[in-house]
Amino acid sequence: MNLFFRALFILFTAVFLSGCNAVVLNPKGSIAAQQYNILLISVVLMLMVVIPVIILSFIFAWRYRENNPKADYQPEWAHSVKLELIWWAIPCMIIAILGVITWKSSHSLDPFKPIERSDKQTLTIQVMALEWKWLFIYPEQNIASVNYLQLPVNVPVKFEITSNGPMNSFLIPQLGGQVYAMAGMKTELNLIADASGDYAGLSANFSGEGFGGMKFIAHVSTQKEFDEWVQRVKLSNHTLTLAAYNELALPSESKPVYYSSVKKNLFKFVVMRTMMPEKDVWALCFGNATE
Amino acid sequence: MLQKILFGNLTLQAIPFHNPIIMGAALFMGVASLLIVGALFYYKKWAWLWREWLCSVDHKKIGVMYIMLAFIMMTRGFIDAMMMRIQLAVASGNAGYLPPEHYNQIFTAHGVIMIFFMAMPFMFGLINIVLPLQIGARDVAFPFLNSLSLWLSVAGASLLNISLVVGDFAATGWLAYPPLSEMAYSPGVGVDYYIWALQISGVGTLLSGINFVVTILKMRCPGMTLMKMPIFAWTALSSMILVVLSFPVLTATLALLFLDRYFGMHFFTADAGGNAMMYINMIWIWGHPEVYILILPAFGIFSEVVAAFSKKYLFGYTSMVWACAAITLLSFIVWLHHFFTMGSGANVNAFFGIATMIISIPTGVKVFNWLFTMYRGRIAFTTPMLWTMGFISTFVIGGMTGVMMAVPAIDFQVHNSLFLIAHFHNVIIGGVVFGYLAGLTYWFPKITGFSLHERLGKYAAWCWIIGFYVAFLPVYALGFMGMTRRLSHYDASTGWQPLLIIAMIGVFIIGAGFVLQVCQLIYSFKHREVLSDVTGDAWGCGRTLEWSTASPPPFYNFAVTPEVHCIDAFWKMKQQPQLAKQYEDIHMPKNTSTGVWIGVLGGIFGFAFTWHIAWLVFASFVGIIAVMIFRTLNLDTDYYLKAEEVAQLETQYAEAS
Repeated sequence: MNLFFRALFILFTAVFLSGCNAVVLNPKGSIAAQQYNILLISVVLMLMVVIPVIILSFIFAWRYRENNPKADYQPEWAHSVKLELIWWAIPCMIIAILGVITWKSSHSLDPFKPIERSDKQTLTIQVMALEWKWLFIYPEQNIASVNYLQLPVNVPVKFEITSNGPMNSFLIPQLGGQVYAMAGMKTELNLIADASGDYAGLSANFSGEGFGGMKFIAHVSTQKEFDEWVQRVKLSNHTLTLAAYNELALPSESKPVYYSSVKKNLFKFVVMRTMMPEKDVWALCFGNATE
Repeated sequence: MLQKILFGNLTLQAIPFHNPIIMGAALFMGVASLLIVGALFYYKKWAWLWREWLCSVDHKKIGVMYIMLAFIMMTRGFIDAMMMRIQLAVASGNAGYLPPEHYNQIFTAHGVIMIFFMAMPFMFGLINIVLPLQIGARDVAFPFLNSLSLWLSVAGASLLNISLVVGDFAATGWLAYPPLSEMAYSPGVGVDYYIWALQISGVGTLLSGINFVVTILKMRCPGMTLMKMPIFAWTALSSMILVVLSFPVLTATLALLFLDRYFGMHFFTADAGGNAMMYINMIWIWGHPEVYILILPAFGIFSEVVAAFSKKYLFGYTSMVWACAAITLLSFIVWLHHFFTMGSGANVNAFFGIATMIISIPTGVKVFNWLFTMYRGRIAFTTPMLWTMGFISTFVIGGMTGVMMAVPAIDFQVHNSLFLIAHFHNVIIGGVVFGYLAGLTYWFPKITGFSLHERLGKYAAWCWIIGFYVAFLPVYALGFMGMTRRLSHYDASTGWQPLLIIAMIGVFIIGAGFVLQVCQLIYSFKHREVLSDVTGDAWGCGRTLEWSTASPPPFYNFAVTPEVHCIDAFWKMKQQPQLAKQYEDIHMPKNTSTGVWIGVLGGIFGFAFTWHIAWLVFASFVGIIAVMIFRTLNLDTDYYLKAEEVAQLETQYAEAS
């Protein structure tokens, strides 16, 4: 059945998408793949009404045109309980089915829900939307990168997301989307990549003048290559101190940059900074009142 | 120091002399206004314009002025659209011809103009013209308030247009999400212009909403129970109830943003206990009903058009009314679907997703009812009917993509992508704009006394319909290709350019449709003798009361208040000729300039706030209060048209036709 849906949908979109790189229709992660399946099912369900309606509108228009005296004309016929029941019922049924799908998928694909893989431990990455670049902190590896994301394949990844300014939205279409990055708040997005490759990542919410620059490459590789990459980044001579962070957070667009170490609790500091007096947030995150 | 006191933050630097595009636009607006002013002096029409139009409280004239405002603003909004499409067609791997700060203002202005100053005035124009006639009333419930609403809308639109030349407009997107719209990230006057343009016109909208709710509930002619109202009156009632319930939320939201920006408060900032998500919730509690405010009257127009030209009763009238009521109610409990991606949690998302889908049930019922109105009819393919046909097939596609995005799991992928852009243009162009244009063509002979040229109208409709598909099918595809909205340029490697070029061509086809409509208007005006409507029932298939009076209707609408016993009363009247008329005295409102003055002072008030000119804020505010008090003390606001005068006027009309 799934195959049937897929064939129908591909036929329908092929006209517009031939030769294009339709990332949403070409998922490379299990979350994106499930989202894609729901998309197919919902389209096919609705086309069952949409296509007949369009065809009927043309048939009726042609059949009952003014200069066709052969057609039946009943100017007083304006009500039929039976017919009206039918078209209250049809959309109700379709929406009932879609509603069940919606309820189930909202829970199974809740971005905050951890992805369970018995053999693999979840990798946590902290994502910060700055004006106008993405900062990725790998707390377990104690490294960070700007506008470049390296992920191991088949490993569940938990993104913790915040913003240091206007709202943005963190999205890697081929792995699955998307959750807002908002100042003073921590949101979460759980994704997993099923295949190696380079996937486009971007911000889906407008954040000001340099918004066009809020994009990055998510490079998915084997665990081994990922570990090697971590080691290479460790050799970088940039370190993400608080001063370096404050400079990075100033409005600008940026090429990829790598940091061999990161100030501990920096992410927490950025989230909590707006919530409490300066002194308290320092004590909370860095254990002392000032640096 | 003195300059600061006199002019606030306003200096000559506020005018972007170095920007050729803006200066060109300013020059064009200047020349156009000079030509109009010059023509008014040359033909000595000032007094006529002032007495007969600007100060008029006649709902028909107010309606015409609303539609003029809508067309002026549509021209600007459309030029914005073309500029954006050209930018995106060329900006592959380079910055294009528009720098981001300019491009960002253009898409913000495009959205604000098209919703607030094109669609809303167009809707109020049509409702003003048609509604009182349809329910057999002589005017709206509060004629002066109606004039005030118009002039507040004009004041808001003027502020937005001034922002093009003096200072700049918001570069935040049409809903100005904080924290981007806060002082920290948008220190210029753009967001202030935005706030005041919307606040001032929003007050006008709210007053109009109240006015029409009262008009529909209290001023129907004898015999017209609610379930015998024309369906357009029902959709207008639903829409106006939504206005009354939702616009205060918009006013409150913008007022809080204003406090944040002017007085350093922290309602929506990230720090000091503020929360931007509160703004997002509040703005969409207004914003979602807003789209139904626009589409419901369009549904009403299609219902009238399809019944009239199929020469049949609207199928399932009762179903239609209940569908309308259901949509009205449901539109208030779906706002969160605009931000499933803010992490509200699975239960909340699922609730709002399913609630959203449920709206498609009554909407689907409406579509079937339209289809079965055509079934066993005798369909005349006039221009309004062509718009309706274009609407049905376009709108069901838009509805389908809408329900897709109501599923949170799908929305996570396509939220804020060009798929969303294609979806809402699909329903707003294919639904709202097609509907209003159908309505304009349909009721044009009623209001002016002559029809629009049919063939040009059909060419225009075809351009719009084809242009829409050429412009927006590629945009749907671009959404699947990972393109997000509000990008001013992109990498060549994305492969988006070919589709963006096709989209641009589509916009030019729509542009051709727009030009054809202007030609149609000019041509029809020149040949108005040939196209004139002498019967009052211009299409010959009118069903509702507006067609029972002359075209254009006398200022008192109906010489004798009609009495109805069924739906589609005029259709029945035509079958059973009426008895002779007995004239009575008619109670009429007097024209007043109060609305114009409050509009002007309101505009100055907003401008003064935008530029922080304290004395002018105070002065204009005091001015508004003074004008209001003056109006309150004026008891000479109405008069009686004597029965003999009515008889005399009616004979004159009869002789003229």
